[in-house]
Amino acid sequence: MALDEAFGDEVRRWLEEHAPRSLRGTRRGRFDGFWGGRKATGVDPDVLRWRDMMAERGFTAPTWPRQYGGAGLSAADARTLDQELARLGLPPAVVGFGLTMIGPTLLDYGTEAQKRRHLPAICRGEIRWCQGYSEPQAGSDLASLRTRAVPDGDAFVVDGQKVWTSYADLSDWIFCLVRTDPAAKKQQGITFLLIDMETPGVTARRIALISGASPFCEVFLEGVRVPRAQVVGEVNGGWTVAKALLGYERSMIGEAIGGQLATSEAQLVSGARRHLGAAAGPLPDPSLRDAIVRNAMDERAFALTIERARQGVQSGRAPGPESSIMKVAGSELKQRRWELAVRIAGPAGLGWEGPGFAADDLEATREWLRSRANTIEGGTSEIQLDILARRVLGLPSGKEAGR
Amino acid sequence: MKLILDEEQAALLKTARQFMDERSPVSRVRELRDSADATGFSRALWKRMAELGWVGLNLPEAYGGSELGLFELCLILEAGGRNLCPEPFLSTVVLGAGALMAAGTDAQKAAWLPRVAEGDAIVALASDEANSRYDVCAIEARAELDGDGYRLSGEKSQVLDGHVADLLIVSARTAGGRSDREGVTLFLVEAGTPGLSVTRQSRVDGRNAAIVTLESVEVGPGALLGAPGAGCALLETLRQRAAAAVSAEMLGLASAAYEQTLAYLKERVQFGVPIGSFQALQHRAARLFIELELARSSVLAAARAADDDPAAFPELAALAKARASELVIHVTNEAVQMHGGIGMTDELDIGFYMKRARATAVAFGDASFWRTRWADLRGY
Repeated sequence: MALDEAFGDEVRRWLEEHAPRSLRGTRRGRFDGFWGGRKATGVDPDVLRWRDMMAERGFTAPTWPRQYGGAGLSAADARTLDQELARLGLPPAVVGFGLTMIGPTLLDYGTEAQKRRHLPAICRGEIRWCQGYSEPQAGSDLASLRTRAVPDGDAFVVDGQKVWTSYADLSDWIFCLVRTDPAAKKQQGITFLLIDMETPGVTARRIALISGASPFCEVFLEGVRVPRAQVVGEVNGGWTVAKALLGYERSMIGEAIGGQLATSEAQLVSGARRHLGAAAGPLPDPSLRDAIVRNAMDERAFALTIERARQGVQSGRAPGPESSIMKVAGSELKQRRWELAVRIAGPAGLGWEGPGFAADDLEATREWLRSRANTIEGGTSEIQLDILARRVLGLPSGKEAGR
Repeated sequence: MKLILDEEQAALLKTARQFMDERSPVSRVRELRDSADATGFSRALWKRMAELGWVGLNLPEAYGGSELGLFELCLILEAGGRNLCPEPFLSTVVLGAGALMAAGTDAQKAAWLPRVAEGDAIVALASDEANSRYDVCAIEARAELDGDGYRLSGEKSQVLDGHVADLLIVSARTAGGRSDREGVTLFLVEAGTPGLSVTRQSRVDGRNAAIVTLESVEVGPGALLGAPGAGCALLETLRQRAAAAVSAEMLGLASAAYEQTLAYLKERVQFGVPIGSFQALQHRAARLFIELELARSSVLAAARAADDDPAAFPELAALAKARASELVIHVTNEAVQMHGGIGMTDELDIGFYMKRARATAVAFGDASFWRTRWADLRGY
């Protein structure tokens, strides 16, 4: 305990002395900050200075080993660090799928050369990563993916198409699932590849969504040569790596939602006061009032569950069943919250852009539409419920039961 | 806020679970009902629980207690809830001893609490009336000054364990009208006091409740519990604590009903396969599991706050009771549906769970009551 406190004190003093003043109070969430990458231009110099000072101490990936750019901190100290950042309203110095998804996966499954090549660049936000999983014909049934990789000397030649690749157009590298053995059972012929997006034959294109702005892209792979050294895990053994990464993705989504919850009740209440013309006292629409309470209670219960899971892991237990509910509970919670925000706005929630609509209401409308994807991306709610039913509840699968 | 159990708490929960499984299986509740048992629980078992230190868990050592928190009591209530244990924890420990601890004089505490801790005295809170619903201030019973004492008249309804109580804590108006916050006063009335009559009521959950009728019951000045006219605030405090406590019982109840249902999904074969292989049922089972986990976190947080964080307790008690109330209804409705026809039979225990679920969901304020309370606390 004394050691933890000493670390907290030291970090607090260091941050108060060195963290750029312009960034204090700008924190939005644990996963909202500098995404980095070769294509990042016109970045605020204070953001770069912040990145440099944090990366120097290994604080952009605090729990990773020092030799790969981390700080080798315990989970408890990493949490202390995050609390200190939050206290000063400082954003994380680097964010992205390198830190949350491919980095942890490489730590588990990467070769020494892969770790040395990629992890320090991730810690410094030099390389931005995207996730090449879904395909037009392989959504929830991810293992049916068709993008092919054919051996050719010391390389594979990749042909196919990925879809729903967030920020592919802004990314430098893509981690990609490809089929290397079309004859094998579908999970057994898959290989996990790291591909430089600048390799000839790779193109990315944005997809327009119902919410307007969208981070999602299609990625086309045509005769892309990828050295064998960029295989993670075994050739035809990529499904194991892919599932491990999905675990990291799910916990990231759960945590990200957990971090966004704190202010929702106050925002919904202030929206209701504005739209109902009730500056004080009990909200005059009891049904809306009850809906806001339900949302607030759901959020509190969810945040408490995240905290309970965290304490369980910190006390040395394996992640308990409560961690498997995060993705489905968190994403649906987020949907209900924006659904409610639009409901509170009434006709004012119909604005798309331009004059006559308040900024808060325009945001609510876009977020409502965007949030419909929360229960689809990263594994649909239905897939999450399947996983819960089989792996946690131990219910028999329909296929095994002979249907 | 600590949301996991330390070693001692985990050991207490384990002991309580074992005890309940060995000494208080659900079949005991069935026997008590079928034999129309006059007490409705087992005095011998209550005495045994007292010997284990569970009855005096929250009381000071001076009164024979062990000075542990509501958190520990909630672990026992959760274990009891799993098996629908009918012993009078809520009436005697949470409400009765709770009221004495909160407002009793040293003499009142010394007279009753050691007997409570030893499992010898049953205490009941006789406050709600037939038309009170969830308004603790909706009291029409009257208390008239009579010399230096009072004369009480009125009728109390659904008094938990009132039919066997050695001591009743009675609320009555010394001033004001039906729902006024001021003017409610609490009195200690011993069983057998002239003018007091107790009639057992039959409830859907088979649990003990009674009508308590007061006809010019004379009590001395020593019967006053707390300041005259200030009873509503105390009743609200008691209700909040009882809401958190019963939420722990509900968590146990819901967990057990859920586990029995999950086992049935795995064993019941239709169309040549276990019905638990059907996705329609799998997803519903998974959703119940999610609700259980969210409720568990809420109940743990409320119990912890009761001991360690009084400022956070009102909101967390509201959260726990609102969630647990919806949870038990949802889980037991699904439990009956997923069991199919057999779920409707009295032969299966699930019906007992469903009935107790309803009673606990209503006890001390239902889900919408506590949601309204949350909005009040949060200033909207």
